[in-house]
Amino acid sequence: MGSLLSLPVIISALELGFIYALVALALFLSYSILNIADLSTDGCFTLGCAVGAQVVIMGHPVLALFAAMLAGVCSGYIMALLQTKLGVESILAGIIVNTGLYTVNLAVMGFSSNLSIFKSDTIYSLFKDVLGNTSYKLVVSIVIVLIACAVMAWFLGTRLGLSIRATGDNSDMVKASSINPGFTITVGLCISGSLTALSGCLIGQYQKSCDINLGTGMVTIALASLIIGETLVGKSSVFRRIVGVIVGSCLYRFAIAVALRLHIPAECLKLVSAVIVAVAIASPYLKSQVAFQRRKMAAVSGGKGGDGAC
Amino acid sequence: MLRLVNVRKVFNAGTVNEKVALDGVSLTVNDGDFATIIGSNGAGKSTLFNCIGGSFYVDEGSVFLDDRNITYVPDYKRAVQIGRLFQDPMKGTAPHMTIEENLALAYLRVAKKKSVFSRISQAERNMFRERLALLDMGLEDRMKQPVGLLSGGQRQALTLLMATLIPPKILLLDEHTAALDPATADKVIELTKRVVQENHLACLMITHNMHSALEMGNRTLMMDSGRIVLDISGEERAGLTVDGLLEKFSAGAGRELDNDRILFSKIE
Ligand SMILES: Nc1ncnc2c1ncn2[C@@H]1O[C@H](COP(=O)(O)OP(=O)(O)OP(=O)(O)O)[C@@H](O)[C@H]1O
Ligand SMILES: [Mg+2]
Repeated sequence: MGSLLSLPVIISALELGFIYALVALALFLSYSILNIADLSTDGCFTLGCAVGAQVVIMGHPVLALFAAMLAGVCSGYIMALLQTKLGVESILAGIIVNTGLYTVNLAVMGFSSNLSIFKSDTIYSLFKDVLGNTSYKLVVSIVIVLIACAVMAWFLGTRLGLSIRATGDNSDMVKASSINPGFTITVGLCISGSLTALSGCLIGQYQKSCDINLGTGMVTIALASLIIGETLVGKSSVFRRIVGVIVGSCLYRFAIAVALRLHIPAECLKLVSAVIVAVAIASPYLKSQVAFQRRKMAAVSGGKGGDGAC
Repeated sequence: MLRLVNVRKVFNAGTVNEKVALDGVSLTVNDGDFATIIGSNGAGKSTLFNCIGGSFYVDEGSVFLDDRNITYVPDYKRAVQIGRLFQDPMKGTAPHMTIEENLALAYLRVAKKKSVFSRISQAERNMFRERLALLDMGLEDRMKQPVGLLSGGQRQALTLLMATLIPPKILLLDEHTAALDPATADKVIELTKRVVQENHLACLMITHNMHSALEMGNRTLMMDSGRIVLDISGEERAGLTVDGLLEKFSAGAGRELDNDRILFSKIE
């Protein structure tokens, strides 16, 4: 293990794990709670990165985070508008918003497909002197992500949070409580958009660059993290589920790090992620199948002399 | 007071599947009225409730609640004053949320003035516990458990509590015990009587049980082919037997009552 994962590799896996956990947290809200497959995630992630990068270039790395989140809220709002006011199905709404965002993102980046923020201060470089050279990126990421998670956990216990949770669970019942499900869906998607964009913004500042294709495949990766977390940590309480999101995201990054250490060529990395995602998503089902087969075997061997022979 | 004036509802208008589900229904339910509703399959009973509750808008006619015209008020807004229970116990509760959280949501109907960012308070929790204890099902000790773990009867009792936690102007019960086993159904019926009486609710209850139809409440409506064919109360209703009721139905509707669930429940 030691030879496979050196300390710098572990640290950078954790850094990425925490930053990307925000996207998984966004999908936790939109997918697990509201039951909406939000395919605008990819574009929204890039949007956050692009908006953040521009504000960083202007010299405001902290403001960049809020600007990115605001952009994410707008993206989520349009997604919700299509669904609740115009009757577009959620999958289609996501695809439409994602397509539109490509142009928006290019525009934000000044119609270039790449933006470098190498010369500017970032949220990370601000804390470099205080926190020391090895762990400053990790500490900053962890702090931001933990704040986001704490706010989310608190929020889901409030009246508004409860109504959002009920919307995905039984929207008839939400109406019976005199709450408009259209409203709760809108709030949920706006929050989820802001988290996705925040993650994009952090990645941009982390890598000191922004690329138009940065978000490609993000929704699958986040979904995998979410499901890895749910499988390993469980989903009995909101707190557990949020912890699961972080654990899942970090584990996914470790898996990728291991793949890289095994000298799997970079071109094959997408395939590796696809396999990890498929395994993660299939594993709860496989687990139940294995348990069932075990029970069946036990029943058959236990009932010897009966019709077990045929 | 609930008032329906000439309500008409047509499904799939202009197609071969056109179905007039409500054909000019007028009805007044006074405060404190408890009316039972029986009728053939497809008579339009559930459609009537859907029009009152706002699941869909009527094609013609109007709906008034306390002289306020609510014909075009969306369902979630009507829910402040109209409580509903359905045949399916799964319909009224959120299975993955705890009993306490479900009650808190139901309580939102009045807690509207409170901030949306406030959480369930200890006082509310105590109040929920007291109210749950009245159900006598031991649910007060399971407040942190997800509702999905409850039996159908427990869920229906909880839904009844949720619908009446803040007494609505009118309570609509659509065969709310039909999916329960007889013993549980009896319990939920007893609970219904008590809740309606204690809160002096106006209540409409669809049932396929002719005995409950006569025994419960102070008024019985019979529906057929989208119309109310019989509306009896007081003296006329007091001495009525099930057979007498069936006779009155055929006289009003011009045919025999055909409802599979009523027939089954008569055999029992
Ligand atoms: N959403 C709908 N779309 C099309 N037709 C409908 C719809 N809802 C009800 N109908 C039709 O309207 C008629 C009345 O239905 P409704 O559900 O009100 O009957 P009901 O009196 O509740 O019957 P039951 O005793 O079987 O519950 C039926 O013929 C039904 O097929
Ligand atoms: Mg019905």
